[in-house]
Formats: sequence, structure tokens, C-alpha cells
Amino acid sequence: MEQIGQMLLAANTQWVLIGTLLLGLASGILGSFALLRKQSLIGDAVAHAALPGICIGFMLTGERSLIILLIGATVTGLLAAYCIQYIASASILKEDTAICLILSTFFGVGIVLLTKVQQMPSGNKSGLDSFIFGQAAGMVSSDVKLMAGAAALLLIVTIIFFKEFKLITFDAEFAKGLGLPVSALNFLFMTLLVAVVVIGIQAVGVILMAALLITPAISARYWTNSLSKMVMISGLFGAISGVIGTLISSLDRGIPTGPFIVVTATIIFILSILFAPARGIITLKIKRRMTNHQLLREQGQVK
Amino acid sequence: MTNPIEIKKLTVAYDKTAVLKDIQFSVPKGSLTAIIGPNGAGKSTLIKAILGLIPKVSGDIKIYGKPYRAKDRLVGYVPQRGSVDWDFPTSALDVVLMGRYGHIGWFKRPGKEDMALAKESLKKVGMDAYANRQISQLSGGQQQRVFLARALVQDAQVYFMDEPFVGVDAATEKAIIQLLTDLKDQGKTVIVVHHDLQTVEEYFDHCILLNKEVIASGVTEEVFTLEQLHQTYGGKLAFLDKGKVMVEQTR
Repeated sequence: MEQIGQMLLAANTQWVLIGTLLLGLASGILGSFALLRKQSLIGDAVAHAALPGICIGFMLTGERSLIILLIGATVTGLLAAYCIQYIASASILKEDTAICLILSTFFGVGIVLLTKVQQMPSGNKSGLDSFIFGQAAGMVSSDVKLMAGAAALLLIVTIIFFKEFKLITFDAEFAKGLGLPVSALNFLFMTLLVAVVVIGIQAVGVILMAALLITPAISARYWTNSLSKMVMISGLFGAISGVIGTLISSLDRGIPTGPFIVVTATIIFILSILFAPARGIITLKIKRRMTNHQLLREQGQVK
Repeated sequence: MTNPIEIKKLTVAYDKTAVLKDIQFSVPKGSLTAIIGPNGAGKSTLIKAILGLIPKVSGDIKIYGKPYRAKDRLVGYVPQRGSVDWDFPTSALDVVLMGRYGHIGWFKRPGKEDMALAKESLKKVGMDAYANRQISQLSGGQQQRVFLARALVQDAQVYFMDEPFVGVDAATEKAIIQLLTDLKDQGKTVIVVHHDLQTVEEYFDHCILLNKEVIASGVTEEVFTLEQLHQTYGGKLAFLDKGKVMVEQTR
């Protein structure tokens, strides 16, 4: 307890918490759209495909500058996203096959490069391996501020284009008929999605980033039938997961952040699927039992 | 006076095969026109090509004498009901509001006026009691009416509807017909992809018979003849008593 109290007082921890809170919020919100656009798996592929970009960024500059690493991650992440879309549209392969192929190829190359980096004299201290499972607590203050700022920016852009994103998600053809630039909006959304994945990988890790994108969104879907509420609830769940995961991983050195963020998000998901009003499995059971009981009572079979 | 819709030499292809060849027709103001033809005749494709939703190979499309531009907001569109995921988290009123997005413009939210128009439009299709209902909880006919209400708030001059009568109950069919007649009375022009040959003469004053090319187009009494239908449907026509025709459904 005392340990947690001390930790919370540290300025860096406070920044890390704000950072993961904003990250969870942004990824929960963008994740809702990704889920409804049936693009959950693309987020996963982009996250895995960020790894080779990070390694190449490090190898080219020889230092661990977050900006460079994130640029590398964005380049390979976007490349993967476009490879998937190209393969799905131009070949006989279906999208799921294309995602599987691209995800494993890029991640495999990433691991090869990471091994190479760790053999370099400056590489073994680089801590690039923390990108695999994420290490929010170990982030330096400038990195955290960059993550928080970028997450805030993504949030603002998503809110500005909320109405348009909603329409192209529900009915892209109608949107086109209204004269909306649907391809440009699709491109913008894809860029936002890649961006949130990329800024999240240092804190959450490439393997589990997709879970922070999708798990809050599927949990939120259980609580509401309105898109704006779903987006807000999903953002809230993402933020809670981010904060709790960070707190746990700050308890000791070497505790990765990503897995604990994902475990928290999953607990929220299980609670949602069981107890959400109107849709939760147990809520429905209780409701059915109560109506049955009432029917029987009305028929005079039970007192 | 210029016709609201004037199509000349329109050709559309998927990959290398032409789905629509050398389409040519015009539709007068205030008419209700049915596009009729067998499955795979390119009926939906024709609508989508006119709206610029799919690219054309060649051809000239004029709406009120000008090349079609979505920005001019002259055209309203009712897509096939099956084209969207009705599990989407949104209400009937919300879907209707989407029809206002063209008027609202960027960066703004729907205002009070948009809200009032959307509610009024739901009322016109008899769905005002369901405004806040989640769309997956509506019946097929009710979903279709929501789509119609969304097109109504677009406040367009020309309406394209893709099979609005498919899978709807009798009440909805009546509501749609009432709506089409209202639109016609307001001088608006409506083009409907239609499947049911038995109701063509009752509902529509103009027809376009289509099978990859235009077999015939014009006033229903002149165009909707057995001979022309034979030519459109090939051998797929089956005859009923009293001169009624029906199409063998191959779906």
C-alpha cells in the first residue's frame, strides 16, 4: 500500500498514468469503429508489422529515439495494411488469409531484425525487446508526453469526423451517394487506426496492442445500442484498462504492462457479457426466471 | 423543358464483360418509372452507375440537363435493405438523420431543424412510434420504411429506389405506394427497381425493360406488352390465367 502511495506521488508515474489513460481512451474509441467496420484483425496485423519498422529505425540511426522508432513502425504498419488490402482485392485470396500471411511474415522479419539488433554492441542495452510486451512504467518522461499528446490529437480528429465515420461505417454507398469523399475518409480512418496502434506499442507491446483496441469495444457493445454511447463506454473501459495495467506493472521492475492491461480489459469483458443490462447472459436468465414466475403466479400455480 | 433524367450511350463493365451495353433512355418529370428485367439484367448496376457509385466505361448521364454531381443534392437514394448490417448500434431516427448529412456539412452536428425534419419524415412512413427503436429490432418492412424516410429528408428532386418492395409486408407495400404517389404529386421523379410483374401496371406509369440493354422504355401501356416481356425475359416467363404473367424465380 505504502509502495503504491509513494509511486503515485512520483511525477513520472503520474505522467505515465495520464499517457496510458489517454491511449486507452483513444484506442477504445477508434477500436469501436474498427470493430463495426470488421477491421479488428487489421489492427492486430498492423501492430505486429510495427516490429520490423522499429528495428530498422534503430539500426539506421543507432540510437533509441522514440520518434524515429515510431516513424519506422508507422511505415511498416501502413505497408502491411496496404499489402493486406491489395492482396484481398487483387488476388483470389480472401482477406483473412491475407491478414494471416502478412502478420506472420512481418512479425517474423521483425524478430529476425530484433535478434540482429541485440547482437549489436549498442543494441543489447537498447531495450527494444520491451516493445514486444510493452513497458509503460519504464518510459521516460519525454516519450510519455509524446504518447499522451499524440493520443489526444487522435481523439480530437476522431471527434471532428465522428458523423462522417459513422455514416461510412453503416452505409458507405449511401455516403457516396451524398457526395462524401468515402475513399479519403477510409484512408483517414486507416491512418488514425495505424497511428493509435503505433503510439501504443511502447506501452502495451506489439503482440497485445490489438486487444486494447478491440476488447473495450466488444465489452461496450453489450451495454448500449447507440453508437455515441458505445464509443464513450469503450473509451472509458480502455482508459480503465490502461491505468490499472500501468499501476500493476509499476509495482516492480520487469513486470510487463501489456499483459496486465489486457487482463484488466478481459475482466471488464467477462463482467459485461455476464451482467450487462438487457444483454448479459446472467441478467437475461434472471429476467426470464422472474417473468416465468410471474406468469405461473398469475395462473395460480404458485403462491 | 429538360427531362430530369437523360441517359445516353451508357456502358458499364465488370472486369472485361459489359454488364450494361449502350443504355439510352429518358424519364419525364413527375413520373413513376419501374426498371424491370430478369436477375442479372443489371438493374441495380444501372442505378449505381447513374449515381456514380460504380465507374462507367462510357456514356453521358444528365440530371436536369447537367452532369450528375452529388453536391447538387438533386438525387435521393434508397439502397437495397440487405446492403447494410442492421445490427449496427443506432436507432431508426438516427438512420433517418443520416439523410441530412449532405445538408449539414462538415464538422457540424444535426440541429433542431434536422431533427424535426427527420421526425416528420418518420411520421410520413408511419414509423414515428419507432423513432428510438434499435434498428435490429425492426421488422423487414419497418427497416425498409426507415430507408425511405432517410431518402425523404434528403429533399431531392429525383429518387432512385433499389427493390423497395422485396420482403415487405402488405402494410409497408401500401405505405410505399402512398409515398410514391405523394412524391409524384409534388412533381418529383421516382425510379424503382421492381420485381413483381403483376403490380407494374397498377403502380407505375412508365417502364424500362432491361436485360443488359434497354429492350424498351416509355409509357407503361405501350411498353409493358407480352411480346416485349418475352424479349426481356427470354424463356423464363410462365403464364397464368387471364393474361397475367409471372416470372419463374430462380433465386
